[in-house]
Amino acid sequence: MSQPIAIVSVAQLPSIRRDRTRDEAEMVQPIVTEAMQKIGLKQADIGFTCSGSSDYLVGRPFSFVAAVDGLVTWPPIRESHVEMDGAWALFEALIRLRHGDIDTALVFAFGKSSLGPIPDVMNVQNDPYYVQPLNLDSFSQAALQARAMIDAGKATERDFAEIVVRNRRNAKSNPNAQVKGDFDVEAILAEKTISSPIRKSFSPPLSDSCVAVVLASGDKAKKLVKRPAWIRGIDHRIEPYSLGVRDLTQSVSTRIAAEKVGVNAKKNDIAEIHTPFAHQEILIKEALGLDSSVVVNPSGGALAANPIMATGLIRFIEAATRIHAGEANRAIVHATSGVTMQQNLVAVLEGE
Amino acid sequence: MAENCAIIGIGQTKYAAIRKDVSLPGLLREAALRALEDAGMTFADMDAIILGTAPDMFEGVMMPELFFADALGAVGKPILRVHTAGSVGGTTGIVAASTIQTRTYDKVLCIAFEKQSESDAMWALSPAIPFQPQLVAGAGGYFAPLIRSYIRRSGAPEDVGMMVAVKDRQHALKNPYAHLHVDETMETVRNSPMLWDPIRYSETCPSSDGACAMVLVNEKIGKAHPKKPAWVRGTAMRTEATFFSGRDQINPLAGRECAKDVYSQAGITDPAKQIDTAEIYVPFSWFEPMWLENLGFAEVGTGWKWTLEGKTKLGAELPINASGGVMSTNPIGASGLIRFAEAALQVRGQAGEHQVDGAKLALGHAYGGGSQFFSMWVVGDSPV
Amino acid sequence: MSDMITRIKTPVRLEYGVYPGSHYTTYLNALAQGRFVGGRCPESKKVYVPPRGASPTSGQPTDEIVDVQDSGVLTTFCVIRLAFPGQKMKPPYCFGAIVLDGADLPIYHLIGNIPYEEVRMGMRVKAQWKPRDQWGPTLESVDFFAPTGEPDAPFESYSEHL
Repeated sequence: MSQPIAIVSVAQLPSIRRDRTRDEAEMVQPIVTEAMQKIGLKQADIGFTCSGSSDYLVGRPFSFVAAVDGLVTWPPIRESHVEMDGAWALFEALIRLRHGDIDTALVFAFGKSSLGPIPDVMNVQNDPYYVQPLNLDSFSQAALQARAMIDAGKATERDFAEIVVRNRRNAKSNPNAQVKGDFDVEAILAEKTISSPIRKSFSPPLSDSCVAVVLASGDKAKKLVKRPAWIRGIDHRIEPYSLGVRDLTQSVSTRIAAEKVGVNAKKNDIAEIHTPFAHQEILIKEALGLDSSVVVNPSGGALAANPIMATGLIRFIEAATRIHAGEANRAIVHATSGVTMQQNLVAVLEGE
Repeated sequence: MAENCAIIGIGQTKYAAIRKDVSLPGLLREAALRALEDAGMTFADMDAIILGTAPDMFEGVMMPELFFADALGAVGKPILRVHTAGSVGGTTGIVAASTIQTRTYDKVLCIAFEKQSESDAMWALSPAIPFQPQLVAGAGGYFAPLIRSYIRRSGAPEDVGMMVAVKDRQHALKNPYAHLHVDETMETVRNSPMLWDPIRYSETCPSSDGACAMVLVNEKIGKAHPKKPAWVRGTAMRTEATFFSGRDQINPLAGRECAKDVYSQAGITDPAKQIDTAEIYVPFSWFEPMWLENLGFAEVGTGWKWTLEGKTKLGAELPINASGGVMSTNPIGASGLIRFAEAALQVRGQAGEHQVDGAKLALGHAYGGGSQFFSMWVVGDSPV
Repeated sequence: MSDMITRIKTPVRLEYGVYPGSHYTTYLNALAQGRFVGGRCPESKKVYVPPRGASPTSGQPTDEIVDVQDSGVLTTFCVIRLAFPGQKMKPPYCFGAIVLDGADLPIYHLIGNIPYEEVRMGMRVKAQWKPRDQWGPTLESVDFFAPTGEPDAPFESYSEHL
């Protein structure tokens, strides 16, 4: 029953600032079709479908139903949804595959950050009684953590700027990335702060995209592609909710998840980590215990493209793409959720 | 071979229009603590938490699994939040059972909730979407035309809907947790205002605050438990699109196939005979006859006869919603899991005054969206 | 504990943009010109009003745009008598599912010009457009659908749409 499960196909809409022409179905349909067609599959061949998205991004309850309109659902399909980043939809699909009665699953996520006032939307994740009325928006949330790191002597604003430069330079080779190029550390440091020490460049772009992944187990995976990206381990953990209760200069949940999946059991080639704000990269790298030989975010990461609710799944996609192409053999994948990264997911992908 | 999944703890909150006495986390803990106590376990024993709830806008908290990490003892553990519209409570139970059946975890707490009084449910269900007139006035506005169609197609007498309302509310009087405790009669239902013709006020579910939780464990732990567990005998989910040409919204294929799948897993070939009782998602009275047909208990076009002939009452041939059902209690995100939990209570013999005598096999059913998302499970008093 | 605070109001105001997508835009632009259009599914040949980015049965976009009539059959309906916050119209009002001539599934709109007790399934209805200068890219270019006075459509002719 516990056959190994792999990512066998991926598809992405390039992240752009604002997709004016496509509704949910028009974004989902081409992407899921592409992901399936690449390996000769149709919806009827898929055993289980799961998606990730959030109503508050769209401003409408039950918004995922509009995305389901992008699928072929006749005859009826086995389908589920998490109101979380697609990385957790992948987790649910993986569990379903472990039953062994089906051997393929389709996972997709879409996020349009262009529709609503994102910094304020993210305040709605806060405690409704004590914190939401203060409007602790996403920049301020990030500022709290970045400031804590600086005060603890763990990092400087220059470190953050260098992370931005490195990620957006990596993004130059990524056709799906939105913000890419050679940026200048000094110019970044000279930017006005939005919420000290957070500057615009320390922050992710607002992105619209839709992405999909096909999972397959055991022999099916081997039949479908030459070099499946096997998910050797996956785990996720959450930390206390209250900001005052946590040490914002550590990512404890990432460390636990990393131990559970054996991040450093073998040598890693790359790591795709879901760190939309520059300072977060330092925390996650430390929690994962990655050494300097590991290439972090060859795709450019979330600083280059951040379609919220899809960004975590994109880390799986970017890692799997490089494994499929033989450019990497072992990849660490990380996804995050919640204010100041309260919840974290870690996975190990391998080509062999 | 899949691991057998046992339910050893079931907990529900007292359901009410407004639970002023508890905060959101407090509401969840009430159900969770009851389930854990029933299981003889604590939060520390749980490997993971599966949380289900309908749109965040019902409470005004985005991604509440984050908010509840401490309240649910999830710190340092995995917590997953599922959302499949109205069927979400069911999906919560199914995903939780899945983790046990695949040996991903050994002990899982699943919990589903809605605290509708925090926001405004009618508002959240009736979005004013641009480019079109605002037609939807709550879920009732969506389903009323379908019910009209069912009545026409089946030739059912007008009274049938009202009989379901009376039956479910009378059942609820035997369920201390139920929201509505009213001595409903045909008179009171008939005299209530018409809301969405042909649905009257009293034929409509209430808007409730509430949470329901269960502790699910593997076979070894289940068998060692001092109290009789309920055992998962089958789970299934199906989805079909909201609108497409030729869609039958009254007897959706997704519902029929979901039922067939779960029955086949549980070895059921004659549901009316083999299933002792069912908890099915009936938010508007007429859904009882409609679902009886969709679930294969009654031939198409005859579901209303079962209701008319009193066959679905407690004590009769096939008690439906002995708990009072969604008609008496509806915290939307929780309702599906409440159906699953009530089914489990029945086969454990724990349903108190609303116990169906000798219930050994029970069906839990949930649906969501435009009758397009279905989640079902069958539970029994033994693993096979 | 009699002074326990049991409720606080924390208003949230968030403003969102809505993009109808290219298929729905085609539909809305036609409405601005006083017309209804649908999109035909390349496999099933069914005409979807409005056109869709994906036909649920084939998964393909319904890109072939076809004109449909602004009259059709009322298959089912409901009369709303309940008030709620954010409601734009004062109850009672009636809305129904209308299969326009040429379309293969219903649209939903208000029903007017008839006492609500007399509305019935199978009634032939026609769009009552607003004055031409009030037309825009919205279904609200049509005020409501009203009975045409033609004989009702036989049950079998629309029963598949119920």
